[in-house]
Formats: sequence, C-alpha cells, structure tokens
Amino acid sequence: MKFEQPAGHNPIDQLKVVGRSTERIDGPLKTTGRAAYAYERHDVAPDAAYGYVLGAAIAKGRIEAMDLSVAQAAPGVLAIVTARNAGKLGKGRMNTAKLLGGPEIEHYHQAVAVVVAESFEQARAAAHLIRVRYARHKGSFDLAGTLDTAVKPGAQSDTAVGDFEAAYAAAPVTLDATYATPDHSHAMMEPHASVAIWNGDELTLWTSNQMIDWGRSDVARTLNLPREKVRLVSPFIGGGFGGKLFVRSDAVLAALGARAAKRPVKLALQRPLIFNNATHRPATIQRLRLGAGHDGRLTAIAHESWSGDLPGGGPETAVRQTRLLYAGANRLTRERLARLDLPEGNAMRAPGEAPGLMALEIAMDEMAEKLGMDPIEFRIVNDTQIDPEHPQRPFSQRELVRCLRNGADRFGWQQRNPKPASVRDGRWLVGIGVAAAFRNNLVRTSAARVRLSSDGGVTVETDMTDIGTGSYTIIAQTAAEMMGLPLEQVSVRLGDSRFPVSAGSGGQWGANSSTAGVYAACMKLREAVAARLGLDAATAHFADGRVSVGGRSLPLAQAARGGELVVEDQIEYGDLDERYQQSTFGAHFVEVGVDAATGEIRLRRMLAVCAAGRILNPLSARSQVIGAMTMGAGAALMEELAVDKRLGYFVNHDLAGYEVPVHADIPHQEVIFLDETDPISSPMKAKGVGELGICGVAAAVANAVYNATGVRVRRYPVTLDKLLDQLPEYT
Amino acid sequence: MRAFTYERAASPAAAAASAVRMANAKFVAGGTNLLDLMKLEIETPSHLIDVNNLALDTIDSMDDGGLRIGALVRNTDLAADARVRRDYPLLSRALVAGASGQLRNMATTAGNLLQRTRCPYFYDTNQPCNKRVPGSGCAAIGGVSRQHAVVGGSKACIATHPSDMAVAMRALDAVVETVAADGATRRIPIADFHRLPGDTPQIETTLKTGELITAVTLPAPIGGIQQYHKVRDRASYAFALVSVGLIVQRDGTGRVALGGVAHKPWRVEAADRELPHGAKAVAGKLFADAHPTEENAYKLTLAQRTLAALLADARA
Ligand SMILES: Cc1cc2nc3c(=O)[nH]c(=O)nc-3n(C[C@H](O)[C@H](O)[C@H](O)COP(=O)(O)OP(=O)(O)OC[C@H]3O[C@@H](n4cnc5c(N)ncnc54)[C@H](O)[C@@H]3O)c2cc1C
Ligand code: SF4
Repeated sequence: MKFEQPAGHNPIDQLKVVGRSTERIDGPLKTTGRAAYAYERHDVAPDAAYGYVLGAAIAKGRIEAMDLSVAQAAPGVLAIVTARNAGKLGKGRMNTAKLLGGPEIEHYHQAVAVVVAESFEQARAAAHLIRVRYARHKGSFDLAGTLDTAVKPGAQSDTAVGDFEAAYAAAPVTLDATYATPDHSHAMMEPHASVAIWNGDELTLWTSNQMIDWGRSDVARTLNLPREKVRLVSPFIGGGFGGKLFVRSDAVLAALGARAAKRPVKLALQRPLIFNNATHRPATIQRLRLGAGHDGRLTAIAHESWSGDLPGGGPETAVRQTRLLYAGANRLTRERLARLDLPEGNAMRAPGEAPGLMALEIAMDEMAEKLGMDPIEFRIVNDTQIDPEHPQRPFSQRELVRCLRNGADRFGWQQRNPKPASVRDGRWLVGIGVAAAFRNNLVRTSAARVRLSSDGGVTVETDMTDIGTGSYTIIAQTAAEMMGLPLEQVSVRLGDSRFPVSAGSGGQWGANSSTAGVYAACMKLREAVAARLGLDAATAHFADGRVSVGGRSLPLAQAARGGELVVEDQIEYGDLDERYQQSTFGAHFVEVGVDAATGEIRLRRMLAVCAAGRILNPLSARSQVIGAMTMGAGAALMEELAVDKRLGYFVNHDLAGYEVPVHADIPHQEVIFLDETDPISSPMKAKGVGELGICGVAAAVANAVYNATGVRVRRYPVTLDKLLDQLPEYT
Repeated sequence: MRAFTYERAASPAAAAASAVRMANAKFVAGGTNLLDLMKLEIETPSHLIDVNNLALDTIDSMDDGGLRIGALVRNTDLAADARVRRDYPLLSRALVAGASGQLRNMATTAGNLLQRTRCPYFYDTNQPCNKRVPGSGCAAIGGVSRQHAVVGGSKACIATHPSDMAVAMRALDAVVETVAADGATRRIPIADFHRLPGDTPQIETTLKTGELITAVTLPAPIGGIQQYHKVRDRASYAFALVSVGLIVQRDGTGRVALGGVAHKPWRVEAADRELPHGAKAVAGKLFADAHPTEENAYKLTLAQRTLAALLADARA
C-alpha cells in the first residue's frame, strides 16, 4: 500500500481497540520471567559454550604482540578468536570502527579477542591470561581542544536563510552563549547479548537488536556471508535507546567464536566493557546567537554545534531542530565534526534534538529574560506554522502553543516568580522552568504478514521489535481493530528476520510505521476474506468476529475454513513528508528544589504536555514519556561519561560510576496528550512519542535551577559543584 | 576471577591461623565488595576463608554502657537495632545512607570497614594504580578526580575511603577488636585503624596479616544531637561526594567527622574544638593541609557549607 494522500476515514477511526489504554500483552511473560531474552535461550542452545570479550587496553595504537598460549592452555578453553585467525572480515555499513580490532586499535576497549570456554568463569579467567603488547599512538581525545580542526562533514551541515550577520548586528536585544553537553551512555539494563548457532554455512543469531534487517545485512557484510544465510531473532529486548540499532561486537564475536569452537556460543558484553566498546551519544559544544526586537520577535537565529567522532563517523546533529522550531527571517546553522579517537559516537534516544534542545532551550530562557518577557510568551510569539526555511511547506500539525498554554495552566505557571532566587521552602530554594519539546516524525517503509486461521484468530508476523516500548500491544490493537476482533484473538510474533521487514525501532518511527504496515496487511486480508466469503470488500463491516454487508453476516472464521488465509503487504510513503513538515511537539515543566547550603538539586514535580498525533495506547505512550523524562532528568543532573583526556577513554565505565536516576530522584510525573490526529502522517494518523519525551527536559531542569538560584549553568550535567561558588554564603 | 580454594573456619582464632598458614588468603564475609573485585581480578586471593559461621553476629550491651557489635552483624541489622537508634543515631543514619537495601542485608560490620576505594582507575586493571599494583603510578593524579581526596593524600595516591558507617564510627570513637593467628587479641581505636596512603597506598589499615576483626565496640553513649548528611549527585545509591557526621552537645561542643574527603574517615580533634565557633573555623582546621585538585576543590566549600547547615539545624 502506498500512502500518498492524507488519510481519510478508515477502520482505525472506530477506536474500539486502538487509542484505548491497554496493558501490555507481553507483560505477564515479562513479570513471570517467561519472556526469554537472548542470553537466556537455553532452549535453542542447551549446549552453548561461553564467550568472553577482551577489550583493548589502549585508546589508539597497535598490537605489537599477542601471546595466547597460556590462555589457550587454561581449563575449559575451546577457542580464542583474534583478528589474526578470524579470517578476512568486512565491516558493517552502520559501524564506524571494526568490531574485532587488531593489529590497529581504534578506541579503548575495542574487542581484540574472544575466548570461548565451557563455562563463563573459565572464559573470563582465560581472557585475563592473554598477554598483549601494545604500541601507543598519540590520539585526539579532547573535544574542546579540536574545535579549530573540525571540518564541515556534509552538504547539509551549513544552512542559511536571509542575512544572519546583518540582522544580528541590527537587533536591539541579543544573546551569544556557548553550551556544552557531555558524552552519554545508553546504559540499558540488558547488555548487548547474543547466542550464535551455525548450521553448516547458515548462521542464526538470537540477539538483542532494535533493527533486525539492518542487523542481518551488517552481520552478512562483516562475516562475508550472503544475507540469506543469516537469521536474526530478537523477540525481547531489555532496553536499547539506540545502543542496539546496530550490530555490535557481541553478535559478531559470538558468531566467530561459535565457528571456531564448532559449538553454539553465547556471549553478553560484560558491563565494564559496554561504555567504551559500544556506541554512545557524543558530547557537543554549541554556540547560540539570538537577536530580537523589543517586541520579542526573533530576527536572527544562529546555532553552531561541534562534536567529534572516529574517522568515518558522523556529527551529532544538534542544530537540526533550530531550523524548524521558531520563526525568524535570518538564520543559520552549522555542524562541525572533529576527529576524536574516543569510542564510536552514534545515535541515542532523540539524537540531534536531545542535546540540541539542551542548549537551544536554555538560550531561549536567557533571551526571554533579556527581553523582560515571560519565557512561555516569548516562545509563543515566535511560533511558526510553516517551515521557516521553506515558507511553502506547512507543518502537518503543530500544537506547540497549545502544549505550552495547557501546561502552564496545569502546572500553575502563573505562580512562578520570574525573579530568580526568590522562593524558599525551608532550606530549599525553589524554582520552576519550562522548555519546548520538538522531535521530527520520521516515516519508514514497514511490512507485515497476517494470517487468519480456521478458529478465527489472527496472527501478525513482522520483524518489528519491542524494546520495552509496547510494540506487541499496539500491533495487536491495530490488527484487532482492522479485523473486528477482541484483542485476545490476535497473536503477534516479532523480531525474526524470517518475517517481513518492518521499520524497526528507532527514531520514534516504530509505533506509527509498524502499525501502518500492519494496517496495510490487514486491508489486504479484509479483501481476501471478503473474496472468500463472496462479499463486497469495499462495504464489508468487520466487527465482533463477523463480516457483514447489508443484511448478510458471516463469521470471520469461515473465510479460513478451507485453509489458513495468509497475506502480506507493506506501507510505503509518497512525498507527503516533503510537502509537509511532520514533527511532534511538547512542553516540559519542572519544579526543582536546590539546597541553599549544599547545592544539591532535587526534582519536585514534572509535567509533559505532548502533541504527537493519535496516541495508539495512552498507557504505554505515557510509560514512554515518563521514561524519557527520567532520562532527561539524568541528562540534566548527573549523566556524564567522564573522559580521561590523556588516556583517551570513558573512565566511569560501570553503573556505579555512570549515574542514572534512581527512584528517589524522580518525583511525581504527569503526562498530558493533546487530542490530536495527523492524517498526513499515516493511515494510523499517529506519530511517535518515545523520543519527544526526552527532548527539552534537561533544559527545563536547568531553567528551573536558574529560577531557583539565579545561577546559570551552561555546561551539563548541572551538578552542585557548578553552583556552589555562586550561591550566597552559608554560615 | 582466578581459581581459589575455600574453607569455612571453625573459630575466629582458627580463621586467623589459617589466614597465616595459607598463602595469599582472604576472609570473606558478605562478599559484596570482595567478590566484585575478584571478578575483575583486582583482588586475586588463592584461598578464601569464610567467616560467616563464627557466631560473630550479635550486638551485646556492655557493662560500661557501650555496645559490642559482632564483626558479622549485617549493616541492615545494625542500623535497625533499637539501642543503636536510640543511643547512636549517627551510626544508624550513616548506615542507611549507604549502598542499597539488598547490599546492606549482606554487608557486614567488618567488611564495611575494609571495603576498598571506588577510584575508577583502581577498578580498571589496564591503568596504572599504586594501590592495585604498587609502583605502577597513579592515574587519578592529573586525570579524572572529581570524587577523590582533598586532604591527607600523597604523591602515590589520592583515593578516598568510601564507607559511610566508618565516618560515624570515627565520630563515636569506636574500637576495633581483633584476634591474631596465635590467639592474641587486640583493641585498635578507630583513629589508628585506617591509614593514610603515604608511599604504600596498598596498605590501608594497621591490621597484620591474618588478623581477624571480631567486633567493633562503641563507648557508652554521649548523647547530643547526632546528624549525618551525605551529599551526592543523585538522591540514593551513590557514594558520597562529601558526607558530614556531626554530634553537638547543648553547650555547643561536639565532634565532627567527614567522609568522601580522605583515604580514611576524616576527623581532626583540633577541629572538634572549633565547633562552638562555627563551620568556617572547623573547616579551617579540618582542611589545614588540604591539597585538592582542580576538579575536586569544590569539596572544601561543600564540606564547610554542609557542616554549617547541620549546625544551624542542631541549633534550631
Ligand atoms: C553497588 C554498591 C554500592 C555501595 N554503596 C555504598 C555506600 O554508599 N556507602 C558505603 O559505605 N558502602 C557502600 N557499598 C559498600 C558496601 O558497604 C561494602 O561492600 C560492604 O560493607 C562490605 O561488606 P562485606 O561483608 O560484604 O565485605 P566482603 O566483601 O566480604 O569483604 C570486604 C573485605 O573485608 C575483609 N573482611 C571481611 N570480614 C573480615 C573480618 N571479620 N576480619 C578481617 N577482614 C575481614 C575481606 O577479606 C575483604 O577484604 C556499596 C557496595 C556496592 C556493591
Ligand atoms: S588514587 Fe589511589 S586508587 Fe586511584 S589510581 Fe591513584 S593510586 Fe590508584
């Protein structure tokens, strides 16, 4: 099915199942431990040997010598694979550095060997017995020190409309400020893990991966196998946040280890390796210049961002939202990429927008203050209903103003004292902050297969993944709605490369695109059912397990009496996303308390108001948003991969050192979804929310801290050591 | 983890004797620190002596009004003990500020005192660390040091002692009781128990090889207002940036001990005497010889301000 025109009325609009808060259908499996994650697939590989990865001890250089002899002789060891004996390997299209390094070392903890042994403990012990002699080379590890050498990475890296410099120079009120966001780790609970089984020259990987088809292709490329010889299965994923968009070393090394040991091999990246071996969200340095008239209208907007990556890597696209979020006739953006020999940077939840808004939305707060305007009014004055760079392109839907106004009412914004450091509650300095949320709505081709069985049940099969988001449930809801069945009559099978290729989970495109694919397949199934029953497909009504036309009504199951009905289709998109700018919007409100003595910052209340198209399942959508708000709170207050600029690696590489919020950090969180449908987005009229929820949160926190204390912190995370010197003396 | 042999000791003295007899032996109590370190091959004992069954897990009232806390009393049980909560609230508060409920259920009194630093370079066997490999250097000096010691450090090591419990015990003048391989017992005042790093940061206490902790005693209660404030980036489950244990009496005298600033719980008796003169005076004495790094100099301000807040609370 090609989606080329805005959606008209369709069966989803019945909203008998879709749009209703629905508990996750996979919930009981998870809460009772029956949802088997990759590392637990004892059922498929009862005889699996264990793999353990040795990471490089240096950030950059060469392996001069590697002595495996002692390790090889250690108890239980079956095989050791290194770049020397692995055979010729390719590299995945989505990978920047090699997943098995050597002799060249590209980054710290790049895998240099995998040890396969009878037990995990034996593999681990043997890995410690490998002796490696390295020659260290000088590397580039300090983003701030590389700004001069940063280059323009791509054609889209510079944009300009009007004459920014002139407008900025002429503007009566201006702001020029620089912000820094640190490297972040996905820090998901389930480590990257895989079980690899070879059957002749065919490889099956039970793994934890968000994008099955990308993964399948990149495993094939890396191992120089035909794609058809590779199967990926990933039905349950314990969090990914973008860290599992790509094939990582667990999968490749499990496969190589299994081939060498002639045994199935299971392998989970050990936690201390994940931070430097896998990908992370790159740090940025961002400069914002804003110019406005006394009326508060922005006349000049410039956003420049610097980030770094290994050679061949890409920039963090932190300026992208600034091209779309606010009106202003004169604007420019620039992205610059420096070479850094730190571990590979890549996508993490809302790549681009998350760090970009961390800077832009503080700048907006600062500018509002300079203008003497309320920060909400300032944003509203600068709202735009068209793409500011392309006035002929409207937004498909844009309810930012309503998000801000609703949120303000709900949160009690009127009670905010605009004068910083003026509200006290005992020892707590109390402040309120706001930020706009913005994340683009991406649409991707997505296919599904649906089966109608003779008992009247429907099974959906697609390689879509559920990374804890609730994909199983919304896909079941979609099929139930389309076929007129109760939810219990639908089963959903996900995450297997034998199923039709879906959009996968990433970029908050998964929910809308994958359900749209199921919609397309169900449309086809409805036609097949009608044909079998001799009914007119166009007028047939599917409800309560029956198909009716005029006075005739037949059980749906009857269509499968002669054998299962199986159809497959995909949703493909035309140029609606070129004709219209499709984005999701929101507003974040945060109240913080700052201990006047210690500078400790604690959140007191959070509210998110989201306008993101039709909300397919308010319950799981809310879970997505509160999870994202929590992650945003982490980015605001504690998350930072600490770079050792001499040794070139992230030092705090475990969950004790890399702090993410705990329950005690998260106060009452409220989420409001505006009642919105977007017929331009897809037949589902939905968009994504999973990433929107993090966008702007950190800035709202930083702005609240400013309101509480009068201290403006422009370098994340906002920790007490950055406040202390500027807080009033405490004696 | 290296292969090791394992035994369950029959008595405290037998445990100590075994620890001397067996090369490269270690006691294991709750295992919450030691086992983690063994998995990473930071600790590589060849023999483990399990001391969990030595009946050292009771808290007994003493004739002098003090308490004798068995070495194997779990942190959870110690924090919840009615006598501790009533007479030594500082200790109770410090304990519950540490780790998590699950960890405190396993963590023991002796193990807590002997837990090792959380310096990230100590935790990475690829990096130089004098504490882990004497003579290899100290990666933290000139490196990432926001969490490190500001006082009492050396050119060899600037690590902190991460315990919360020990800070309270230092303020309460606890005494560590031990038994040696020959059956001889010793009482070590907590002030003399932990060492500064000097040139030998790998030696963290004054315990001798094989010496087993059997108990920690607390002198008779001294009353006063007792507070523990642990400052950290997140609200729970994090090690202290700075922690302050404070006891103030009605007349304004008292005791103060700090965590997160030194290689041991940091108390300076001369600083105690300044308590009636306020936080600034106290901090002046506590940090008279401070050598912070650029990244951790904030701890000096932070400790003083935290103390000031606690003093204000105590007055109120
Ligand atoms: C994630 C995490 C967070 C934590 N957070 C905190 C925190 O915030 N604050 C805090 O204070 N602590 C914290 N801890 C540390 C925790 O308190 C210690 O791990 C625990 O107290 C150690 O006690 P244990 O009985 O498990 O010791 P073990 O691990 O069994 O032993 C530790 C050491 O003590 C020795 N030992 C044990 N018993 C004796 C004895 N009787 N005589 C002589 N030697 C002995 C062992 O040989 C070993 O060297 C944390 C730990 C973890 C894992
Ligand atoms: S501070 Fe101490 S523990 Fe840390 S690296 Fe230096 S010597 Fe090792």
